[in-house]
Amino acid sequence: MKREDDYLQRRSSIKELTDEQLEQRFWKLTGQVVNPLFELARDHTSPSIERSVLLRMGYSSLEAKQIVQNCVKYGLLGKGAGHVVLRFAQKKNLPYREAGLILADGREWDRAAAIFGKEGPA
Amino acid sequence: MKLTPEQKLSPEEIFKNLENYRPRRKGWTWRRPLTEDEAELGAFKYRQVSANLENSIPLPAAKSFGDIDPQPDCVVTSEIASGRFEDDLRRMRMVAWHGADHIMVIRTAGQSHFDGLIEGTPEGIGGVPISRKQVRATRKALDLIEDEVGRPLNFHSYISGVAGPEIAVLFAEEGVNGAHQDPQYNVLYRNVNMYRSFVDAAVAKKLMLAANILQIDGAHNANATAREAWKVMPELLVQHAINCRYSELAGMPRENIALSTVPPTAPPAPAMRIDLPYAVALRQLFKDFKMRAQMNTKYMESCTREVTVTHTLNLLLSRLTSADIQSTITPDEGRNVPWHYNSVHAVNTAKQALAGLDGIKDMVTLNMDGELGQKVRELKERAVLFLEEILEAGGYFAAVDQGFFVDSGYYPERNGDGIKRDPAGGVASDSIVPRDEDYYAPVCHHFGYNNPPHSQDQDLSPCAPIDGCTICRPEKIIYIDELDPEDNSASRLEESRPYRGEALKPEAEWAGDGIVTMTMLLPVPADMAEYGALEMAGRMNLEDVEVINLQKMHPAEGTLVELKARVGFSLNPAEIKIPYKETPLSEDQIRQAVEKRPLTVVAGTVGEDEHSVGMREILDIKHGGLEGFGINCHYLGTSVPVEKLADAAVELDADAILISTIITHNDAHRQSMRKLNQVCQEKGLRDKMILIAGGTQVTNEMARDQGLDRGFGRGTRGLDVASFMIKKMGLVEDNREN
Repeated sequence: MKREDDYLQRRSSIKELTDEQLEQRFWKLTGQVVNPLFELARDHTSPSIERSVLLRMGYSSLEAKQIVQNCVKYGLLGKGAGHVVLRFAQKKNLPYREAGLILADGREWDRAAAIFGKEGPA
Repeated sequence: MKLTPEQKLSPEEIFKNLENYRPRRKGWTWRRPLTEDEAELGAFKYRQVSANLENSIPLPAAKSFGDIDPQPDCVVTSEIASGRFEDDLRRMRMVAWHGADHIMVIRTAGQSHFDGLIEGTPEGIGGVPISRKQVRATRKALDLIEDEVGRPLNFHSYISGVAGPEIAVLFAEEGVNGAHQDPQYNVLYRNVNMYRSFVDAAVAKKLMLAANILQIDGAHNANATAREAWKVMPELLVQHAINCRYSELAGMPRENIALSTVPPTAPPAPAMRIDLPYAVALRQLFKDFKMRAQMNTKYMESCTREVTVTHTLNLLLSRLTSADIQSTITPDEGRNVPWHYNSVHAVNTAKQALAGLDGIKDMVTLNMDGELGQKVRELKERAVLFLEEILEAGGYFAAVDQGFFVDSGYYPERNGDGIKRDPAGGVASDSIVPRDEDYYAPVCHHFGYNNPPHSQDQDLSPCAPIDGCTICRPEKIIYIDELDPEDNSASRLEESRPYRGEALKPEAEWAGDGIVTMTMLLPVPADMAEYGALEMAGRMNLEDVEVINLQKMHPAEGTLVELKARVGFSLNPAEIKIPYKETPLSEDQIRQAVEKRPLTVVAGTVGEDEHSVGMREILDIKHGGLEGFGINCHYLGTSVPVEKLADAAVELDADAILISTIITHNDAHRQSMRKLNQVCQEKGLRDKMILIAGGTQVTNEMARDQGLDRGFGRGTRGLDVASFMIKKMGLVEDNREN
């Protein structure tokens, strides 16, 4: 879009504001721009976020990558990758680190998916 | 392990037992301001300084001020990344000694799009690959360096790209103290999908808070990108605000959020009149946030002098407004990846200007009633109008889609050249998923919806079901050393080993790189000068010669050429002969000695020598000569017979006779020296009279062979001569060694 500088016309709605009011308006509008972004972030996750969870659980970056790739493949990312590992460990009755290594190795994903009612790759 | 000033830092030592190294603290450290009582350094009382360093190298002019090294109140940044981080460690030590306490490591090109963590220590391009090993080794080295200089060093890199949350975990675990984090940067400049960027950013920000990592935003990139950088000022206020508010929503306190601000323009533009209103508007709108004042890079060319002046004006702006962090840009960034000594120069430019401007606001105030106040108001209004239009367009994502950002029009003017990004496109598009109702992440410091099975039990830590996450129990971190058997620091260190001890080569950025620069003026037009200079450097046997700066002095009369090249040989340090060098007394020591025991000298040029310039330089007060120390000087003129000098010395009860001589083919200079000694012996003066000869080609050995006490050659200062006389007369006890 091309437009001439029409600042003098546009400012008519704000030119009477005091400096304080202008600053308040600046931050109020900023809040309106940012709030939907915040809500999006609160309710979504991503492969990097889930890898960050696995890193914090004590997996290496290479292991985390394998586990998250399969979570995406089996439609399990929305459950949380750490959640998948923990539930799989319970099912196998193994320490979670060992259970996660099975998954990082690409094995038994059908079993892991079944825990969450999924039958195979999404 | 401890560093000592005489010893080089050994990367090999840093790598030892690295798998078990833990950071000794987390979080950002500000400088400790000195109180009024503490802030007295040398002859001066400072108003904007922080705690002194235990080890540092002051500015060159400090020798006239008692070697003081005032440290400004703000944190000072040095951006370092040559591509080989093991070489960068030594540069970090150099800049810390000059006053940097914020070491910002630039990432290698392409890391933003790397979907995961990089491991090991591969070589980078224009920066280093940020990996666990690199981060841990750097933190370990900085821990040693901060002990050496006596001030905490903040380590900083980037939490951006498609692996932001993972890098945030890495940084929180490894004690990185500061990071760039701004989802808008990903969207606009790295074309990372916008939904992904914002979703990841919130998680990254919460993790940064866990380790109290200071955040710097990415808005300044609009300055460097927009065609006319000063026109994006209203938008910059908006970009800062979006990231600030978003960070606050993720839980970050304002004192952890720094705005990256750059004075948008540079001379020959009337820069201060444009940059100052912008700087003031920012500081008014973002009162409780921190200001990271960056230097202008947009208009940098290859003349390091021009760049340094622009940066000095940037520093004036910092002092006229405020800066919590003063960033520095090396003066050579316009012509190559920054070199060691230019990193030091950049830090010194900041230290020098900030010290020079100490307390300026106690004498100068900004006049907000006139043009400045009007312009500040106008910038804020334009920013408010920008925000209104974002909302009218349907929000942030729609605005980016419509090319609102980095348009070169002065908003509300539009030139239609903004950066447009498709919300459904970009790197890692279609990669976010909604969190299900039973979404669960069993870790601490996790942003967003989380539904742990034990949510009713408030006392239980989120990571209790896994018996502690790595932030709580760092021993659970899995350390990967190297993945690539060849592209790693160990193989590079093996190659560079000779140049870190056994063999001496010049070094600009990497051990053994052999890079030198050469400056020359060629009295011909630019084209011919460029190729003439290359030809000359080739004949000097320099390799890989490149012109790095070419400036017309006049279309016909001459061109300045700066070259860089490599030397193809190295020296064996053991075979380098270092002549004995006396350490002169300080100016104060000399003055004190002369005050107690006044000195008189008689001087003149001898033989058929009409050259008096050198001698005058040694004597004259305005050249820092003997007179300046209160020494009584009697200059008898040129071509003075030595007998006349001796007679005058008797008459004036002088302590020394100084002769100056040129070197002649018939050995007249040696004869003059010998004769002076003989005449003084005959007159019975020799025992109480110091006899000194000087001249551009005179050597100490030559003068002493002829029976004099001392010879001084090229580059001698009055200080050296005065120091010698005072020591010779035993007026000062000299304990200083070389």
